[in-house]
Amino acid sequence: MRALTWQGKHDVRVETVADPQIVNPRDAIIRITSTAICGSDLHLYDHTIPGMKHGDILGHEFMGEVVEVGSGNKKLKVGQRVVVPFVIACGKCFFCQKQQFAACDNSNPAEKSDPSEIAYGYPMAAAFGYSHLTGGYAGGQAEFARVPYSDIGPIVIPEGIDDDKVLFLSDILPTGWMAAVNCDIEPGDVIAVWGCGPVGLFAIQSALLLGAHRVIAIDHHPRRLALARGLGAEVLDFEEVKVHEALSEMTGGIGPDACIDAVGMESHGMSPDNMLDHVKVATFLATDRVHALRQVILATRKGGRISIPGVYGGVADKFPIGALMEKGLQIKSGQTHVQKFMPELLDLVLDDKIDTTFLISHRLDLEDAAEGYRNFKEKQNEYTKVVLKPRYTRH
Amino acid sequence: MAKRSPTDIHSDAPATTFKDPNPAGTGLSTDSDDSGDLIGRTVTINAPRQALYAFWRDFRNLPLFMENIESVQVFDERRSHWMVKGPADSTVEWDAVIVEDVPGECIAWSTTDEAEVPNSGRIEFRDTTNGRGTQVSVNIVYDPPVGKLGKAVAKLFGREPNIQARHDLRRFKQLMETGEIPTSAMNPETIEE
Repeated sequence: MRALTWQGKHDVRVETVADPQIVNPRDAIIRITSTAICGSDLHLYDHTIPGMKHGDILGHEFMGEVVEVGSGNKKLKVGQRVVVPFVIACGKCFFCQKQQFAACDNSNPAEKSDPSEIAYGYPMAAAFGYSHLTGGYAGGQAEFARVPYSDIGPIVIPEGIDDDKVLFLSDILPTGWMAAVNCDIEPGDVIAVWGCGPVGLFAIQSALLLGAHRVIAIDHHPRRLALARGLGAEVLDFEEVKVHEALSEMTGGIGPDACIDAVGMESHGMSPDNMLDHVKVATFLATDRVHALRQVILATRKGGRISIPGVYGGVADKFPIGALMEKGLQIKSGQTHVQKFMPELLDLVLDDKIDTTFLISHRLDLEDAAEGYRNFKEKQNEYTKVVLKPRYTRH
Repeated sequence: MAKRSPTDIHSDAPATTFKDPNPAGTGLSTDSDDSGDLIGRTVTINAPRQALYAFWRDFRNLPLFMENIESVQVFDERRSHWMVKGPADSTVEWDAVIVEDVPGECIAWSTTDEAEVPNSGRIEFRDTTNGRGTQVSVNIVYDPPVGKLGKAVAKLFGREPNIQARHDLRRFKQLMETGEIPTSAMNPETIEE
């Protein structure tokens, strides 16, 4: 089959690789009809997440048709259309039973689980196409994918619904939704969202659906800010305004009740702490640039809440622990428990309460995926979301 | 560091977690007093105690999830013969006997006197008191011999014995909870050993 493979920093290529097969009883093989490039794929593209090997197949947002089902899967049937969650979860362990699917205790193979256990204290769950720290599973920017524990993850899509309407159930829609859920929104709340990439935009949409009084969105790409405004947010261009002062003034000196960091470790900006982070990352004194998160901690009102869907992987320098403690802030974070949120979000999509298609700026042939990566990274204003379609010339 | 006497101990933690581990604290014995190396690990498995005990009690199942064990031949209720991968495609073998067996609760085994690599192990199954399934604790003590065999033992228990035990117990949990051992292999031929 054809698949997008990682070859090194800023080097991804579509190559011909062996087709996946059923390995374990609960597996399924999916023929992929749509797959997307995620902002977090850029962490791999930039090689800021370790644990990548040459030839790894990327992609954790994908959907398609079930073409083969293992003997232990009593749920899926050949021919069904499914969206696959990026988190691989067994459904049976303590964590899955608590619906903390992104904390699944079993999906990361034993021989892959040491680095995350050493780095984080306990081994992390597995994900598709996201380095060998999370299992080394082949991703979905390909013609086919092997889906483990496929009786738990994939959600069946009714006939007649376009891929574009449901593809983002795989990651960014539930990620934006969980980011808003983690704000514990109360009536009258003002929510500030850092980053108007796909997750930030879906977080804005979700926060308003979950009852936020106002949402204020922060970015510097005009097109992304326009999309945020279109969803009902007030917007701040951080190159134009002093963000902290603006948020304080716009909330009458109280500050936002909850803030969402939908930027993560790729934060931009030329502030002194960000420049210092650049130096420290370059010299391995720290791994994550946390400018956005520092600003979030200072901007959130006293006694407020912080939600972090943005991806961080390592350690940060100059973390304002004093502000966090003295202001009495609560933080919720984590990879998304996709399987938990998929059913209710599919209903909201089918009821036309949530539209996800506005986000898609480019639809490319899978063969052109490398160009998609380059442009998604370098032309963030124009490239808000890239969807890839396999061509199946070989089948 | 001097070994603690039981009256010096203030912590309610397993012997394996002490900075100065003392195998005697596990109830396991080795050929040379308490001088062996101790490996221990506890996991919570979301499955009934009796089922976990029964699966482990049939030692023929051990190679399914223990990476270095090639086969275990069971002679009778107590005695078994283990074939284990050694360095450079060699095989290390020993006879083991079950020295303690409380159905549903614990199994302990030990190599017989003539074993080149004396070792003993004990597994305990306890109901969790908070409804989370079964806590399974494995302790293994082995006496690393010197020379060529020492290398075999190092290989046998992995370069880091604790890591090998951790992986094996993790696979046991995966198999018992999910019915399969996860792998990122794309096809059956490329499953990593």
